[in-house]
Amino acid sequence: MANKGAAILECEDVTVEFDGFKAVQGMNLQLQKGELRFLIGPNGAGKTTMLDVICGKVRPSAGSVTFGGKVDITRKHEHQIAELGIGRKFQAPSIFKDMTVMENLEIAMRQKRSVMATLFARMNSEDEGRLNGQLSMIGLSSKGSWRAGGLSHGEKQWLEIGMMLMQEPEVLLLDEPVAGMTDKETDKTGELLHEIARARSVVVVEHDMEFVRNFASKVTVMHEGKLLKEGSMEEVQGDDRVAEVYLGRRREEHASRSTA
Amino acid sequence: MQLTRITGNRLWILGAYLVAAAALFSAPLVFSDFRLNLLAKFLAFAIVALGLDLIWGYTGILSLGHGIFFGLGAYAMAMYLKLEASGGKLPDFMGWSGLKELPLFWMPFENFGAAVALGILIPALLALGLGYFTFRNRIRGVYFTILTQALVIITTTLLVGQQAFTGGTNGVTGYSTLLGYSLASPETKRVLYWVTVAVLIGIFILCRYLTGSRFGKVLRAIRDGENRVRFIGYNPAVYQMVIFTVSAAIAGIAGMLFVLHVGIISPSMLGIVPSIEMVLWVAIGGRGTLIGAALGAILMNWAKSEFSTAYPEGWLFFMGAMFVIAVVFLPKGVAGLFQWRGKDRKKWLPAWARGSGGKLRTGEKEGSVPQG
Amino acid sequence: MELFILQLFNGLSISSILLLVALGLAITFGLMKVINMAHGELIMIGAYATYLTQNLFLDYMPASMFNWYFVLAIPVSFAIAFAIGLVLEMGLIRFLYGRPLDSLLATWGVGLVLQQLARTIFGAPNVAVKSPAWLDGGMQIFGGTLLPYKRLFIIALVIACLVAMYVYIYRSLEGRRMRAVMQNREMAACLGVSTRRVDAMTFAIGSGIAGIAGCALTLLGPIGPSLGTYYIVDAFMVVVLGGVGKLVGTVLGATGIGMFNTLFEYWTNASLGKVLVFVCIVAFLQWKPSGLVAMRTRSLD
Repeated sequence: MANKGAAILECEDVTVEFDGFKAVQGMNLQLQKGELRFLIGPNGAGKTTMLDVICGKVRPSAGSVTFGGKVDITRKHEHQIAELGIGRKFQAPSIFKDMTVMENLEIAMRQKRSVMATLFARMNSEDEGRLNGQLSMIGLSSKGSWRAGGLSHGEKQWLEIGMMLMQEPEVLLLDEPVAGMTDKETDKTGELLHEIARARSVVVVEHDMEFVRNFASKVTVMHEGKLLKEGSMEEVQGDDRVAEVYLGRRREEHASRSTA
Repeated sequence: MQLTRITGNRLWILGAYLVAAAALFSAPLVFSDFRLNLLAKFLAFAIVALGLDLIWGYTGILSLGHGIFFGLGAYAMAMYLKLEASGGKLPDFMGWSGLKELPLFWMPFENFGAAVALGILIPALLALGLGYFTFRNRIRGVYFTILTQALVIITTTLLVGQQAFTGGTNGVTGYSTLLGYSLASPETKRVLYWVTVAVLIGIFILCRYLTGSRFGKVLRAIRDGENRVRFIGYNPAVYQMVIFTVSAAIAGIAGMLFVLHVGIISPSMLGIVPSIEMVLWVAIGGRGTLIGAALGAILMNWAKSEFSTAYPEGWLFFMGAMFVIAVVFLPKGVAGLFQWRGKDRKKWLPAWARGSGGKLRTGEKEGSVPQG
Repeated sequence: MELFILQLFNGLSISSILLLVALGLAITFGLMKVINMAHGELIMIGAYATYLTQNLFLDYMPASMFNWYFVLAIPVSFAIAFAIGLVLEMGLIRFLYGRPLDSLLATWGVGLVLQQLARTIFGAPNVAVKSPAWLDGGMQIFGGTLLPYKRLFIIALVIACLVAMYVYIYRSLEGRRMRAVMQNREMAACLGVSTRRVDAMTFAIGSGIAGIAGCALTLLGPIGPSLGTYYIVDAFMVVVLGGVGKLVGTVLGATGIGMFNTLFEYWTNASLGKVLVFVCIVAFLQWKPSGLVAMRTRSLD
């Protein structure tokens, strides 16, 4: 299953160390253009760290991350990576709480990011249309002039997704987008995600298996910083090793119960 | 609907500003020469406050080094005035220290235009240099603040220590004319006052534009979450450098005007204490609002000139108390009081009045949980 | 050779003073992230506490006992600064956790008030504290070089403070609670540690050490209300250079600044020496932005 089509993102032998502790060890990940990929695994498997590596927050001690088939982004700064077209949504909503919802979207909007450009930037009607369109897509049309800090948890998550979309990245990295959401909010986020995945390549780290099952897409399982299994949800669920790392404890419990 | 109300509000605000500007320009009709001179000095301070507000109020970076930028501007102007007063001869203090000829770095200050340009450029470049070596490496928050304070210490030590070149503790003084006009005459003072008002208004408009532009929004975003700004593709370091440099240049301009009104500049006027006092003006007036910062500077200095001579001890107690009050009770300054509105009211209350003090910890950013 | 030893000793002596002044900050700033600008004034309070102890001995104790006042002055300075630190924490600092810049401004205000208070009580002019006779003179080495006992005493005092702090932080129950709270406040609270009490104690101990520093400074010259301001910025630089969260960093930071200061001042002059030290610190931070000894964490910000 190697190298078919154009890989937009290719991580090779990525290793990350924190003071001697190897959070990721020789991980490989290949993302095709337009693909929606789920990254799952037990706690501490190194999923979030992988996203950190791709978006430049963490420098790997070894390995390379190639974007668009040519640029090695492990040497680039976060803002350069973001400008190349990789957007990241963090687990905890991180929006600019003292600015309005509209202003949040405005600065996230795809535009020249230099001081000169922002100094003389004027809002034209096209921009305004895009902003309003985005606002209604994330369901916050009536709250454009709200202070972002005053939104609910779910709304903040959507605002952040909206900000990412305004960036118009080619690759989106989402870290547990439905964590802490109500069922209704989760459903709505699912719809948003379907919408997003239509036009872009997306990597989603997720714990909620129910949520993952809603998407017929490839799943990558990580365990202890390594690639464990890659394939469709069915393949992954049928895999013994995956069952062991995920359900191992439960099996042992069963075992101990039966012997007791 | 809402739009008309906003434009209506805008008209009101614009009207108020116009009235304030007219009042400032016509102040010479009302005030005595002495009072006018005081007011001119306060307006120069208001200009620094505007610059400081850009970096602290809008970008969230506290500089305790603005006394230096202010002082460098002031020294540039004072050096020009001193050379004019010396009339081609060596300035007196240099002779006393045994210098035989004018040091090279004094030469450009013989020209008024060059002196003014340097009064802006030197503080700006110093700020750019410090900003470059700190923001680029993400040295920020309190670390940056401490470095600016160290900058103040070494600059004042240098100014005092290099007496032959800088006039030492006495500073640079003993001049009476600017471009041939007597600095002491009421007419010159009036013109200088008007110049100061014009500069203040110009800088106010500049700051207004900066903070209202998308550039200003990025600055506020940096204040809210520098790292997040990075992940949407901006390089915060460049923005921080630019605004710090602009802020320092504004302080330099204020310093030049200050010297013209006061007639002396010495290391004690730009040390640690004056630098942090500038921050207090902004804190009292209201960080994050331009008008608050400017008014804070004028009011605090007016209060100081009224009370500090009569009750020198009481004044220091008062000032100390103001720091505490401004931080604990008025996080948005006096300007914040006018933003009280219904449900927002609770926000301006001090932590203990809002509920348990411990709650704050988890809510605030800036290293909410001390690591390690 | 002799000159070298002398310079080395001078550097060591300056380092020890810096370290003593910065130790308290290493706790309040390093562990609690509170920028206590009134730290200098707590030092000043320690110095005046020593001055008062001396006066009490002069007035009420037989002259033969006078030399021993200094032994008592150390715990007295610690206790008074400790008490004031406790009051400060409970009355003000606890509302400012998580807001380092605000704590800087508020404590600066407190510092102003304390300075003015000292001026009102003791008068603006400096007062002299007579050091005990057993610290006069010095140790002669290599024939000519004289190492003053006072300076040696300060070095010893710093070492004693360091050992005491180490034992307290890493070997005592209270210290373990303190580290627990500073590392993970919520978790510690869940495990039944009173974080309020630990905060107050930690801050007070940092303040108490400032008091000891003030006591030591009386050995070096007359003291006045603005004594602390001479040292405060240098002390903060020590913490910035040394890195936050570990005592080793503070020790290295103080030694580095003290040594380089002596070296540069010897090469150039006092004012240029300071400039060079500052340039070196900024240059060093280019290489290690979070100081000599940095605690690495995985969390954002």
